[in-house]
Amino acid sequence: MVNTRSQWIGMWTLLKKEVLRFWRVVFQTVASPVITAVLYLMIFSHVLGERVQVYEGVAYTSFLIPGLIMMSLLQNAFSNSSSSLVQSKVMGNIVFLLLTPLSYIQFFVAFLVASILRGIFVGFVIYIVALFYVDLPINHPFFVISFAILGGGLLGAFGIIAGIWSDRFDQMAAFGNFVIMPLSFLSGVFYSIHSLPEIWQSISKLNPFFYMIDGFRFGFFGQSDISPWISLSIVTIFFIVLSVIAIRMLKSGYKLRN
Amino acid sequence: MKSAIIFKNVKKTYASLQAVDGISLNIPEGEFFGLLGPNGAGKSTMINMLAGLVKPTSGSISVMGYDVQASYQEARHSVGIVPQELVFDPFFNVREMLRFQAGYFGKGKENDSWIDEVIDRLDLREKAHTNMRKLSGGMKRRALIAQALVHRPPVIVLDEPTAGVDVELRQRLWSFIKELNKEGHTIVLTTHYLEEAEALCNSVAMMRSGKIVAADTTKNLLKKFASKNLKLRLDLKSNKTLPADIKRIQHEAIGQDYIFQLKKITDIAKITESLGKAKIDILDLQAVDIDLENVFLKLTGK
Repeated sequence: MVNTRSQWIGMWTLLKKEVLRFWRVVFQTVASPVITAVLYLMIFSHVLGERVQVYEGVAYTSFLIPGLIMMSLLQNAFSNSSSSLVQSKVMGNIVFLLLTPLSYIQFFVAFLVASILRGIFVGFVIYIVALFYVDLPINHPFFVISFAILGGGLLGAFGIIAGIWSDRFDQMAAFGNFVIMPLSFLSGVFYSIHSLPEIWQSISKLNPFFYMIDGFRFGFFGQSDISPWISLSIVTIFFIVLSVIAIRMLKSGYKLRN
Repeated sequence: MKSAIIFKNVKKTYASLQAVDGISLNIPEGEFFGLLGPNGAGKSTMINMLAGLVKPTSGSISVMGYDVQASYQEARHSVGIVPQELVFDPFFNVREMLRFQAGYFGKGKENDSWIDEVIDRLDLREKAHTNMRKLSGGMKRRALIAQALVHRPPVIVLDEPTAGVDVELRQRLWSFIKELNKEGHTIVLTTHYLEEAEALCNSVAMMRSGKIVAADTTKNLLKKFASKNLKLRLDLKSNKTLPADIKRIQHEAIGQDYIFQLKKITDIAKITESLGKAKIDILDLQAVDIDLENVFLKLTGK
């Protein structure tokens, strides 16, 4: 009745459904964040492109792109798991999942991987569009891939937590507006934290988004505010902590099975 | 006979509310079982605990021998639940939803022929590629039933499945559910339509305030409570009262009508004789055919 094959099919089905869910509304889930990122790119590069140079030998427009890719990747990974869960809870169709033999681990992995895939897909499309503007070679693919997967995973896990905790759409929107948005805008997407006063540099170092963006940027330019290995370690720790919280919530059935 | 569902001293407490208060219940395999009770009696809590949607405060529940907590995966494979609310996923069409639902239970492409059969038997063929959002209420109800069947569960639980469904569809759904029962599926049903429970269920349990107030075969319950009632319309004008020996027989008075609960059939003779002696005319006499609704009202005290 319950064997390894059926377990795999169960998890694969949920992953497929979660991916199809965002794919069905691709204009909203992919085209819209890509257009937003491109608008940022056009405006900021037009205003600051000639005047600002953050890294030596790197044009500001080029500097901006990895940050914008990562910011969109993170925001969309968060949106995928959180909005899917809240929507299912509000509509009541979460019951179809809760009635199945899917374990909390299968549930977690499927939602997490779908979030990572959406985040990376959005990021990849922005990268392709950006190539029309600038030449953007990837110097360290390992870091680009690692930060993309870990960053997507971190925000996917956070989205699961927010989705389980929120009972209404406005509560979930509050996570986006009051947590995700400020953390991503203040993470060094548009600047290097070395340009900030000492105190703001220290505060920025408490922001996990800073490490994801700084490390991801290193993958392109080979330059960063701090060592990518330190960033990778910090992001990994954050990812593990949030995953453990999300898994424990799913295991206990918090706000889902009671 | 093997048990399909066992509740052992199950309790569920929400803050100060005792939703389910120490229920033990055994439903044999192949049964068509009705769980009846007024709103707030605890029926849905029972179903939700059985489905693993709510954890019991104490006690244990098993489906086909599998504990719903310790062996939850096997237990959930064994049961298909049709929820009360018309819930649906707005992103997908009927066939996609059925495929996903079967997939969650580990069923691959080999299950597609069964999905086709379920679609046909529930007359969903024409709507198989229609988005769930665009289905009428009746069609959504059918899709919900189909979703509960895609993994071929031996036990099927229907929580108020005919609420808001028109008469024709109700009849069709019941004949389908009856067929499933004949094929060997155990059916558990909660309903407000008592005549339905009476017509369909082999046995019923009646709940009130988290407790079971009666559990027996439908036949026995009706026999126990119903078959010996006598309704008399009496001419009690001119300040006549019931003779003392008749008063002792349990009865209920509604205007001129008196409904006597007879312990034995010979009580009829006793009553008529006594009334004759007291010169009370019997204007009308009727054997009251009590149905499950009367039993239910009597037991639940409404």
